[in-house]
Amino acid sequence: MTDRDSQMAGLRPVKAVVIGASAGGVEALLTIFAGLKPGYRLPIIVVLHLPDERRSQLAEVFARRVALPVREAQDKQPIVPGTLYFAAPGYHVSVEHDLSLSLSQEEPVHYSRPAIDYLFESAADVYQQRLAAILLTGANQDGARGLSQVKQSGGLTIIQDPDEAQVATMPRAALELFQPDCILPLSGIGRLLVELEHIECY
Amino acid sequence: MQRNTDIELRLLIEAIYLKYSYDFRDYSGASIKRRVNHALRQFDCNTISALQERILHDPSAFMQLLQFLTIPVSEMFRDPEHFLAIRQEVVPILKTYPSLKIWIAGCSTGEEVYSMAILLREEGLLDRTIIYATDINPRSLEKAKQGIFSLENIRAYTHNYQKAGGQRSFADYYTAAYDYAIFDKSLRENVTFADHSLATDSVFSETNLISCRNVLIYFNKDLQNRAFGLFHESLCHRGFLMLGSKETLDFSDYSKQFTPVLKQERIYRKL
Ligand SMILES: C[S@@+](CC[C@H](N)C(=O)[O-])C[C@H]1O[C@@H](n2cnc3c(N)ncnc32)[C@H](O)[C@@H]1O
Repeated sequence: MTDRDSQMAGLRPVKAVVIGASAGGVEALLTIFAGLKPGYRLPIIVVLHLPDERRSQLAEVFARRVALPVREAQDKQPIVPGTLYFAAPGYHVSVEHDLSLSLSQEEPVHYSRPAIDYLFESAADVYQQRLAAILLTGANQDGARGLSQVKQSGGLTIIQDPDEAQVATMPRAALELFQPDCILPLSGIGRLLVELEHIECY
Repeated sequence: MQRNTDIELRLLIEAIYLKYSYDFRDYSGASIKRRVNHALRQFDCNTISALQERILHDPSAFMQLLQFLTIPVSEMFRDPEHFLAIRQEVVPILKTYPSLKIWIAGCSTGEEVYSMAILLREEGLLDRTIIYATDINPRSLEKAKQGIFSLENIRAYTHNYQKAGGQRSFADYYTAAYDYAIFDKSLRENVTFADHSLATDSVFSETNLISCRNVLIYFNKDLQNRAFGLFHESLCHRGFLMLGSKETLDFSDYSKQFTPVLKQERIYRKL
């Protein structure tokens, strides 16, 4: 990413990255994580909608293809820098003020549990402006509200370019609600993740 | 500087504690905030302060709010693999005990209690078992005592029962009346339903097995530690502790005081 790009994105140091994705999400996530090197230092927490509520292999699938340690989110698990967390199927996941994760079986949001809104809103509360939130492809309205909350708390908001997204409903729903800091293709989001770590170091 | 809503939320929770002695101060922050916001819409209140005023002056409004705060959802044989694991791995050990005391903490509307009672009956253990089923929500406890569940859910429960290793026809345990399934009351002959809070009350009995499922996720770490402390105190040597499928002792102060029997199914024993 060039200097001009990062100025455009209004980049500032963050302490964590949260990501929401639905239909088409697995491929999109693999693409944006492809450029991450071992030793990457930001924690990344992901809600990916899956059709099935039961046990998932997400963490295993990603562990084989991503350079960071990958975990399925557990209740009260401390958020460790440089770890990639996936929400467990059937449970909402939130960030707590002591920087741990909590799970919940409250009612689904937009028919989804885990819900992106649930994660984003709680993370916005805790990290405030020290948060980057990314909304990717999906056939659902989930995440739009949460992302706008991140924006209101001063965090950095990124939406996948709907023209490029496999399913544009989710990015479009968010764009209808507010103007994010950047609208980027997957390649740009991948570079942004790397860039966010660099500015975090200095 | 704190935001207004955070201040109001804290004041509401403090007011509930002072007025009604329900202690939500150490619940998970994100969840309690969502629950309260959800309640605001149902109560038609614009601010948390307005809700606080309502519940301070109107106990019945508080009882209504409690229904939002406690998340009274349950299922029979929820996570069938868990109940199958109890049958296969735990029951053989329980059979060597002359009598049994079981504590189901956070039993909600009773589905878990009836599931456990059915399992114990099929294994020939129910007659020598006392079950304490506790919760903080009086409405849920009342429903649990009745043992009447919506017929709509029975199909799913039957499926769960079979996957959990059920040995009979599930219909043997209830009679259908209109839209309800009325469960055999002999199942609760040895069950004591009681109001008990893991946040404020102390241990009331020695037990051989404690099941506390999908309750602790709503607590913060400190309150979880308090609850684990109660369980540790109540359980006899080598007593069993069972948690919900995403709950764990791993991040608590008590991880060294229990050993996993089946980690995947969240079945532990006290050391
Ligand atoms: C989601 S339900 C779990 C029901 C059942 N154990 C199951 O797994 O299906 C959670 C229950 O925990 C109860 N609860 C919440 N706080 C509690 C406390 N401090 N002490 C005891 N029970 C509590 C709620 O009233 C609610 O009935």
